[in-house]
Amino acid sequence: MSAATGTAGAPSIDHKPGFDRDRLVGWIFGGFLAFSLVISFVVLGALLYDVFSKGIGELTWDFLTRPPSSLPERAGARPAILGTIYLMLLLIALTVPIGVGTAVYLEEYANRERWYNRWLEVNIQNLAGVPSIVYGILGLAFLVRGLNLGRVLLAGALILTLLVLPTVIVASREALRAVPDTIRQGAFALGATRWQVVSRQVLPAAIPGIATGSILALARAIGETAPLLLVGALAFISFNPTLLGDFTALPIQIFQWISKPQEEFRLKAAAAIIVLLALLLVLNGFAVWLRHRYQKRW
Amino acid sequence: MATPGIIHSGAPPQPRLQARSRRHSETVVKVVLLACAAISVVTTVGIVIALLLPAIEFFREINFIDFITGTRWAPLFTPSSFGVLPLVTGTLALTFWAALVFIPFGLGAAIFMSEYASPRVRGVLKPSLEVLAGIPTVVFGFFALVFFTPLLRDIGVGVEVFNVLSAGLIIGVMLIPTVASVSEDAMAAVPGDLRAGAYALGATRFKVSTRVVVPAAFSGIIASYILAISRAIGETVIALIAAGTLAQIVFDPTRQSETMAAFIAATGIGDVPTGSIEYKTIFAVGLTLFVFTLVMNILSIRLVRKYREVYE
Amino acid sequence: MSRPPQGQSTGGTLIGVDPRSATEPKPRESQAAERPVLFDVRDLGVRYGAHVALNNVSMKIYRNQVTAFIGPSGCGKSTFIRCFNRMNDLIESARVTGRVLYHGQDLYGPDVDPVEVRKLIGMVFQKPNPFPKSIYDNVAFGPRVLGLKSELDERVERALRSAALWEEVKDRLKMNALSLSGGQQQRLCIARCLAVEPDVLLMDEPASALDPISTAAIEDLMHELRSDYTIVIVTHNMQQAGRVADMTAFFSVDIGDDGQRTGVLVEYDDTQQIFTNPADERTEGYVTGRFG
Repeated sequence: MSAATGTAGAPSIDHKPGFDRDRLVGWIFGGFLAFSLVISFVVLGALLYDVFSKGIGELTWDFLTRPPSSLPERAGARPAILGTIYLMLLLIALTVPIGVGTAVYLEEYANRERWYNRWLEVNIQNLAGVPSIVYGILGLAFLVRGLNLGRVLLAGALILTLLVLPTVIVASREALRAVPDTIRQGAFALGATRWQVVSRQVLPAAIPGIATGSILALARAIGETAPLLLVGALAFISFNPTLLGDFTALPIQIFQWISKPQEEFRLKAAAAIIVLLALLLVLNGFAVWLRHRYQKRW
Repeated sequence: MATPGIIHSGAPPQPRLQARSRRHSETVVKVVLLACAAISVVTTVGIVIALLLPAIEFFREINFIDFITGTRWAPLFTPSSFGVLPLVTGTLALTFWAALVFIPFGLGAAIFMSEYASPRVRGVLKPSLEVLAGIPTVVFGFFALVFFTPLLRDIGVGVEVFNVLSAGLIIGVMLIPTVASVSEDAMAAVPGDLRAGAYALGATRFKVSTRVVVPAAFSGIIASYILAISRAIGETVIALIAAGTLAQIVFDPTRQSETMAAFIAATGIGDVPTGSIEYKTIFAVGLTLFVFTLVMNILSIRLVRKYREVYE
Repeated sequence: MSRPPQGQSTGGTLIGVDPRSATEPKPRESQAAERPVLFDVRDLGVRYGAHVALNNVSMKIYRNQVTAFIGPSGCGKSTFIRCFNRMNDLIESARVTGRVLYHGQDLYGPDVDPVEVRKLIGMVFQKPNPFPKSIYDNVAFGPRVLGLKSELDERVERALRSAALWEEVKDRLKMNALSLSGGQQQRLCIARCLAVEPDVLLMDEPASALDPISTAAIEDLMHELRSDYTIVIVTHNMQQAGRVADMTAFFSVDIGDDGQRTGVLVEYDDTQQIFTNPADERTEGYVTGRFG
């Protein structure tokens, strides 16, 4: 490590005695880091492999169109699939207007200095961290028992709406924030009112971001089991779900089948999981495509 | 119709600067938007009421001290016992094993993506980890029960059918993306100059990562841990499916142990009569769970704000 | 209107100047014609929270003239021009004191609606900010928002012609406005303003983000538009002020005892006078390039 001083000739760098140890430590550390990622992907791979190998055999047209049964050979997932789809539609109808409305209020209308607006933001942040089972308790107390709605589809939809609302709000706010302020200034300067500025310039520009965020939130919601366990009926549902009737959904059906002792039901559960994962793949893929397609260049 | 004024010079008519009547619609809009925002407030109020009122009734019948110190949880037995400690220890045990996974490996994944991976590799890894995060918990529960527990048995770890170890480890892996994502954000916020200075002094990547970046991103990393712990505490389905529904205080992870969240779900599934003591246990335990996660979340939010402030 | 008295020579240095000496500078005797007043600014002040950005500004803007605000950065000229169309209202911490009389009415009067003000007083910004829509929709936005849905096509064409952009875009009105060049985008923004037929055009450094050729086009446009509109521009380019402006106001920064930087109006006169025979030493220092 010492260089020749003051004399002619190339300086020489001695290898430090600990040089190899540094290398070794570096390699071990790098290995640990790589392992961290490997572990995640190995589990992911094993999970997918397990689910597919168990479920693919059961994934027949009958399976998709039949109602469940106490006989595993005749059990199908139709009410569960329909239930999940109906929930999705209700969720879109409920969360998007409320979530976007809240985001627009917070980003475009609220005076940041006022205490109640800051509390509103803190409140939303806290809600995002509440476990989903607590939302189930909320639903149980107010909707199922309180309002005596019973364990109906509407109750499930309402509770899931509240669950993912913080996510939609956050995503929508980011989409609104991404719209450059110069656009607003230009619109205001032309004599537009605030709502005209928001509805005609800001919102249209933010729609791709809002749509992406909403779809991702939706994907999260339809995978939720805990709230539906409390708010949904686990009774034997063999008919198609209606708004104010008993209902089931894919996660609940999966859970039910897992809880049964027969091995065949485990395979049915795996098949239902494949359907659920496929649905999630479509949703997430759509969201990613949306994000790329509408990448704005200002 | 608006007559916005003049084009040519000349004696102009007095322009009208006062508001026109249609400002009503602006107020209506603002009220509607405020109502949307109010829904989140209503939700919080609802949660608090939904938890507190029945819980208060519960604690009129059951002694509060007995509740939080009792070591036997048997609400349906005679004689019944309402000590919540078994559920709490069950939750903490599960969280412990999960943390054993996500603390090192979540951070490891974050360090790799932040300090070692090229932007292209990172661009592939991050979304891939997100896939793991997007898998519903019921699927993880299935995997833990049906694949992982038998696997543990096969390699010689004598676990029961329902056991804390399997569920805990799987929850840990499920939370690796959460920890990695938040920690990586924290590390990305560390200015490049800090790293550049250290590299210029001849430090290895290992040294820079562990001695410079991680300490600088420390509060963000801790925030990610707390967030993950909060999620593990609230995790219901994996615990319910794979960790069992027997409330007992055991430190042996090969046995089953019911968590708070699993108890709530298991009880809520059934048709408990409204107003019965069993019904109220849902809310008492729910309140306990909520307090745990609320504290964690507040801590986590504060820490995230702190690390954001340092560099902005 | 009677001739105002001679402007005052303040002398003194930049720092620690007595603000009271800067009362309503007026054009000198050397001017011949009478000019109708459009804006009468009386003792205007602007603060952002605790920071006083602009203090004690009084002046008159004359109709169908191009008036330029010049001065070093931080002297409040952008803040000042935004007072004319109440754009400062959009900044939460901004407080405006004083009066701006427009056709005799105070723009900051209690029952005045900023939205109505902005319909009459348009603004073009430093960085062209076309909406991410078609060229047609950009120009049509103003009329649509005002409810002027009839003859939209004609309005759009008229506005684009007035902005000297029609020939270049008439065949691609449906194209995205962001595909235009910088200079074209700025002319589009001007057309956008003109479409609502305002009284006044405010321009906050309209050419500073543009190349010299586009700048020249904008300056030519200002000459043409002058006959129909009153134009107020902010510019950090003195030569530009010299080329386009009839009247020029020079602003400067006043550093208070607490170190606070406040903008003040130093001198306001015919452009000729400001550049060839400024009354104030600070003006002279700025226009001769001693500081800037």
